[in-house]
Parts: sequence; C-alpha cells; structure tokens
Amino acid sequence: MFWIIAVITLGSALMMVLNRNIFHSALFMVVTFIGVAATYVMLQADFLAAVQILVYAGAITIFIVFGIMLTVRGNMKQTNLFSKNAAAAGLVSLVLILINAYMAVNTNWSISSAEPPTETVGQISELMLTKYVIPFEVAAILLTVALLGAIVIAKEVKKTS
Amino acid sequence: MQILINLANGIRSWLEGMGLSAASAEVIMSAVGALAVVIFILTHVIILILAERRVAAFIQIRKGPNRLGPLGIGQVIADVVKTLSKEDIIPAAADKFVFKIASTTLFATALLTFAVIPFSKGMVIQDLNIGIFYFIAMASTGTLSILMAGWASNNKYALIGGMRAVAQMISYEIPMVFSILGVVMLTGSLKMSDIVLAQKNMWFIVPQFIAFVVYYVAATAELNRAPFDLAEGEQELIAGYFIEYSGIRWALFMMAEYASMVAASAIATTLFLGGWLAPFGLDTIFGVTIPGFVWFMIKLYFMLFTFLWVRWTFPRLRVDHLMHFGWKFLIPVSLANILVTGIGIYVYQRIIS
Repeated sequence: MFWIIAVITLGSALMMVLNRNIFHSALFMVVTFIGVAATYVMLQADFLAAVQILVYAGAITIFIVFGIMLTVRGNMKQTNLFSKNAAAAGLVSLVLILINAYMAVNTNWSISSAEPPTETVGQISELMLTKYVIPFEVAAILLTVALLGAIVIAKEVKKTS
Repeated sequence: MQILINLANGIRSWLEGMGLSAASAEVIMSAVGALAVVIFILTHVIILILAERRVAAFIQIRKGPNRLGPLGIGQVIADVVKTLSKEDIIPAAADKFVFKIASTTLFATALLTFAVIPFSKGMVIQDLNIGIFYFIAMASTGTLSILMAGWASNNKYALIGGMRAVAQMISYEIPMVFSILGVVMLTGSLKMSDIVLAQKNMWFIVPQFIAFVVYYVAATAELNRAPFDLAEGEQELIAGYFIEYSGIRWALFMMAEYASMVAASAIATTLFLGGWLAPFGLDTIFGVTIPGFVWFMIKLYFMLFTFLWVRWTFPRLRVDHLMHFGWKFLIPVSLANILVTGIGIYVYQRIIS
C-alpha cells in the first residue's frame, strides 16, 4: 500500500515539474498533495490528512486562477517552460536528494512503542494554546498583517488605473 | 433500522466464517457500505429530480411535470431516457483528458462526503473522530472539479461560470465553517455520533439558530443553487461550467449537484435537527417504535424540500451583491455567533460550578 501511494505521489510530482501546460501541472500537484494526505492517513494522523486536503488541495483552485492570470500566453503548451539552467538545477536537486537519503538512512530513528493516539485534535489544540501559544499568536498576527498588506496593495492598484 | 445493522453484522460473520481474515472482511464490508450509499444517492437523485420538477410546477403553476403519468412519474422515465440516449460530444478544442475526468471527479467528491454521515445509530460507514472536519475538507475540493470543467471546455461561458463558482464557493466556505464551529463548541467533539447524542435534550437549532441560518445560506451558495446559482445563471451564461457537456457526463454533473444537496441537508439534519433522534423523546407512538432512520429521513426530506422551495421562490442575486453579502454580512455574523457561544458556554459552566 505504501509503495502504491509513494509511486503515485512521486510520479505526479515529477509530472508536475516536467509538464509544459501549467494547468496540468497544477492538477498533478493536487494528486501529489492527496498522496501526501494518504501517507498521513497511513501514519494514523487523520486530522493532519484532512488539513492537508483542506488547505493545500483546496488552495490549488486559487493557484490555478493566479497561474492563468499571470501567464498570458497564446498557447497553453508554452505556459510552464524550462529555463536554460535545467542541467544545473537537475544536478543540484540530485545532490540534495542524495544528501537527504544519506541522512535519512544513517539517522538513528527512535521508535516509540506506545499505541498511536486515537484522538489527536484535542491534543494538538491543547499544545497550541498552552505550550506554543506565543508562536501561534505571532503567526496569527503575521497572517493578519500579510492580509492587510495584500488589501492595501490591491486597493492602490485600483486607484491609479 | 436495527435490521440493517444486524444484516451487516451477519454478512461480516459469514465472510469471516468463509475463512477470510477480519481485515479483509472489513474491506469487503466497507465496499458493501459504499455500494449501499451509492444506491441510496442514486435513488434520491431520481426522487429529487421528480420532486424538483413537481415543486417547481406547483409553485410556478407550470403544466408538464405534474401530469405525465400517475404523480408525474412518467417525467422521470422521459428525463432518464433522454439523458442516456444523447450523443457524448467532446469539443475539438477542449482539453480532452481534463474534460473527461472533471465530471467524474465532481461526482466522486460529492460521494466521498457521505462516508461520515450517520443515517441512524451505528449506521455510518466510518464514524471518524474528525467527522465534520472531514466533511468540510471533502466539500471544499468540489471547487476544483468545477474549475476543471470550466477551463477544459475551452468555452468563454464555461470559463466565466467556473471562475464565478470558485469565487463564490471560496467566499461562502468561510461562514459555513464558522457556523459549524458553534455546534462543535457546544459539543466539544468533531465526531458525528457525539454531535447527535449531545442533542438528546435540545436540538442545536434552538441555541444555535443564527448558526443554522448562516449554515443554510452558505450551504445554498456552496451548492450553486438559486438564488446563488450565478455560476450557471441561465440568462447570462446559459449553463455555466457544464455548458459543453452532454449525455451521461452532463447527467453526472446533475447527480453531483443533487448528491451534494442531499449531503448538505444530511449535515444540517445531523448538526442542528438532532440527526436520528426522535423529537420530544417520541421514540414510540401508540406503542410502535419508530426507527431512527425514519426520523432521519423525515428531517432530511424537510431540509431538501426547503432547498427546492427557496430555489423556485427567490430571484437570483447580482455578483457584487453576492460577494458583499458573504464577506460583509455572513462572516461578521458567524464570527459574532462564535464569540457569543463562547461567552455563553463560560457563563453556563460558572453557574453550574
């Protein structure tokens, strides 16, 4: 089961990069995200899986709208092109993958013998609102500031046009 | 509907008796449950199409659908035969693969939401711990299929319809989630069966009436139904995002719409109308025990009828009015509802302790 999910996830991730049509790339990205969510389900993190689908797969629609808006091309086949540095980029990613694989294989993972908890939402919220309350609130303020900034930028563009 | 649960347990033990392991029996039982849900939905799609046409005919004094055969049943046969016998047309300039799968994925996402809906006590495919959250996550992915259909058709009307659907569904998802949050705060659980059982003494429509109204409006908008059917507004966009579809693919869009309507009504029933619980503790009337499933279906059909009623009564909104209503009215109201609910819960706990 894991291998099926892994092949689908990685295959669609690869297709996302290689595809020339940005619309198809975005759709492959959804498949990748759903694959990641399936991996979470296999790890018994069902809340995280639902968040993954809601936040990432749900945001793809917005991504597509912006992708179409920002890539004005006559032909959809030329919307997701490669730059001339494809060889260098490939080399860098290959090295990165090798380093990651080396680290993952050689790290001494500690395996907990405890049963996975059935109720995860309550524990996550407990941690978020007690131990990690300050980072949580800072993130909230940061997002609000970003939202306000986006609104201000959008409004100003309207005035000048 | 104890019979159905007993039947399910019977099949399970029979499968295990055949020498299958418990895990594989579970897989087969999930498949059987999924099949049951699909049949349930298809039956209701047929009933709903007839109901929609008849309600429309009654409200607007139309002639046809009320008279074709006894109770207008002939209309259903005419509709189905017409849809199935049509040619499957794919436009030459369409994005063919995306065009083909868009209708299927939309129906699949509508189908997936049924996994957590409790039809009666114990009658639920998967009573997840995060039940209602799962519903929200699955319902939100429907937007993508609509955009896929709108874009892949390579048609201006379809694209405008798809874009409108995206803007509308994303705006109205926020008040919908916030209105559900009020119920979750009262229950303290995301599990559907817990939410139903918490309404033993009082249905949540009483303490959460504002949330119910917000949910109802937002759900109508999420379903792209009139008065919020801008994505397919006939006068402007002919049919919106599924304009290029014909035959069975078009039928899939219709089925997805009705399936999501049943799902939204079922969620409203579960969250606000007490799910399978009998009203006022009327479990037995004149010595006859009425199963929870029947109560659930009565409430479900009441909700479905209000959706039909609203559709044929109100005129369509304008796009900018729709956005203003969503962002400037529904979201503040639902946020205020969360605040008031929180204060209410705090005060209540103080009084008790």
